Amino acid sequence: MSILQYDFMVRALLAALFTGLAAPAVGTYLVQRRLALMGDGIGHIAVTGVGLGLLTGQSPVLTAVIVTVLGATLIEVVRERGRTSGDVALALLFYGGIAGGVLVIGLAGGSAQTLQSYLFGSITTVSVTDVWTVIALAAGVVFLALGLAPQLFAVCQDEDYAKVAGLPVRFYNLLTSVLAAVTVTVAMRTVGLLLVSALMVVPVATAQQLTKGFKATILAAMGLGALASLGGVVTSFYVDVAPGATIVLLALAGFAAAWPVGSLLRHRRHAGAPFEVDPGLPHLSVPEDHRHTHGVDCGHVAVRHGDHVDYVHDGHRHAHHGDHYDEH
Amino acid sequence: MTTAIAVRDGNIALGGRPVVRGVDLSVRRGEVVALLGSNGSGKTTLVRGLMGLVPWSSGDVQLLGTPQRRFNEWHRLGYVPQEGSANSGIPATVLEVVSSGRLSRRRLLLPLPRRDRDAVRAALRAVELEDQQHDAVSQLSGGQQQRVLIARALAGEPDLLVLDEPNAGVDRHNQVGLAATLRPMVESGATVLLVLHEMGPLAELIDRVVVLRHGRVTYDGIPPTDDSLDEFHSHHHSRHQRDRTPLGGGPL
Ligand SMILES: Nc1ncnc2c1ncn2[C@@H]1O[C@H](COP(=O)(O)OP(=O)(O)OP(=O)(O)O)[C@@H](O)[C@H]1O
Ligand SMILES: [Mg+2]
Repeated sequence: MSILQYDFMVRALLAALFTGLAAPAVGTYLVQRRLALMGDGIGHIAVTGVGLGLLTGQSPVLTAVIVTVLGATLIEVVRERGRTSGDVALALLFYGGIAGGVLVIGLAGGSAQTLQSYLFGSITTVSVTDVWTVIALAAGVVFLALGLAPQLFAVCQDEDYAKVAGLPVRFYNLLTSVLAAVTVTVAMRTVGLLLVSALMVVPVATAQQLTKGFKATILAAMGLGALASLGGVVTSFYVDVAPGATIVLLALAGFAAAWPVGSLLRHRRHAGAPFEVDPGLPHLSVPEDHRHTHGVDCGHVAVRHGDHVDYVHDGHRHAHHGDHYDEH
Repeated sequence: MTTAIAVRDGNIALGGRPVVRGVDLSVRRGEVVALLGSNGSGKTTLVRGLMGLVPWSSGDVQLLGTPQRRFNEWHRLGYVPQEGSANSGIPATVLEVVSSGRLSRRRLLLPLPRRDRDAVRAALRAVELEDQQHDAVSQLSGGQQQRVLIARALAGEPDLLVLDEPNAGVDRHNQVGLAATLRPMVESGATVLLVLHEMGPLAELIDRVVVLRHGRVTYDGIPPTDDSLDEFHSHHHSRHQRDRTPLGGGPL
């Protein structure tokens, strides 16, 4: 493939792949905790981190990680304290983050161009060190998000139960926020701070259309995120479009495509779910003469019912019984 | 130690309002105790206090012989919450929810060992949800979701099992099933505290009944005979009748 001849493209693809895997992994927990927009908030705070990096001559990714982790911890503390006032406190934190960032970047002599490369991403200009940082951080995020999945799942699913099971619930809530902060910084070079939240949320929303369980959701979301990210980078190589925006639009296209598939799947699954067994049911044979013979390919929906199969037949459930059919 | 639960002069206030007041409760190992009382009498609050989910404003509380503050043998506790619906809006299969019942025994970052998977399977079988284990909990009926929560508690193989209205919305057949599941556990020494409005098929397991009224214990003794039941429950009877199955049997 010609695209792989260019080192900058190889770096871009690697960064995209790892971002695409990590963002939805963390995003799944944020969505479940109804904090879908938290990624946006952390993205605002990261701007200050980038500014501090430019001002002090440190790596912007490093300072952004530190500032966002602090910010995420603060958010978690505020969240735990109160409900309504917490909302406003978060907003203040976010606005402070972006305003402070713009100010500091200006002080550091950074141009609008510099700011833009973080707000919208600049995946094709990532350096070798950047790529390694992204890979290391993203791999860490994915490892924890999947490795601690049973615990994090339980905390999201039923916080009280998790407490009775002796899990350190506060620690896990904080961990989720910190993982989100790290992910935002990782993704800031790929899709940019303004769109990072989309990569955390959209693949999860898409996956939920198609899956039943939690594990399936998180894995499918990671797969979709990786596909969209790689697809966006490849597209931007052939067509002159911004990679960050293309990634997000591809993810959204995936969501739109999954919608009809999802409702079809849900319908089929619902129709095919086994009927409950009730031993006390009276025997009721089908009154009219039954000329049709039900079978594997008779066209009627076959549904498992205990040790036999019911055929759904014009709103009735017919089951073989000796030489006739029973109404179940 | 032979006491599973020991509360002396326990008090709990919610939003500044005393809800559990001066409660003395002692449950011996292997005992099955039913906690009765009308709506709002403080049963759920007492149980949540025992599980460490709401703080005690005063009182001395011991669980399985350890002061509650220092209690950490979480794997020995099983809890079926009242409000809990298995469907909290997050995608999850029946198997996933029931498996979380093994969490307090689980090592970090390792797959669920064989022993734990067997316990989960046994719990699913006990509530007759084996066939639905790969279904989304959101697609189950209310009573089936309640059975998922029971299975989650059973999966932990607890020494002390606390169930807050486990039979609410559950049909007679599955109430009998719960009684049949609890019996061998009790015979092998488990302690059970049940919040109930009607004892139904569980009646024959129950050693002792504690009645709460406005947050205070007003009766503590042997299960009442059918005739004396009305005295305990006449006041809330009509309110609760609508969500009981007509087959529910028990006069409570
Ligand atoms: N979060 C809360 N803040 C303030 N008061 C509360 C709170 N939760 C419950 N209460 C009050 O505490 C009292 C006891 O409630 P509790 O849930 O313990 O009753 P219960 O005996 O379990 O009732 P039910 O049979 O309906 O389940 C009620 O009067 C209720 O209004
Ligand atoms: Mg209650």
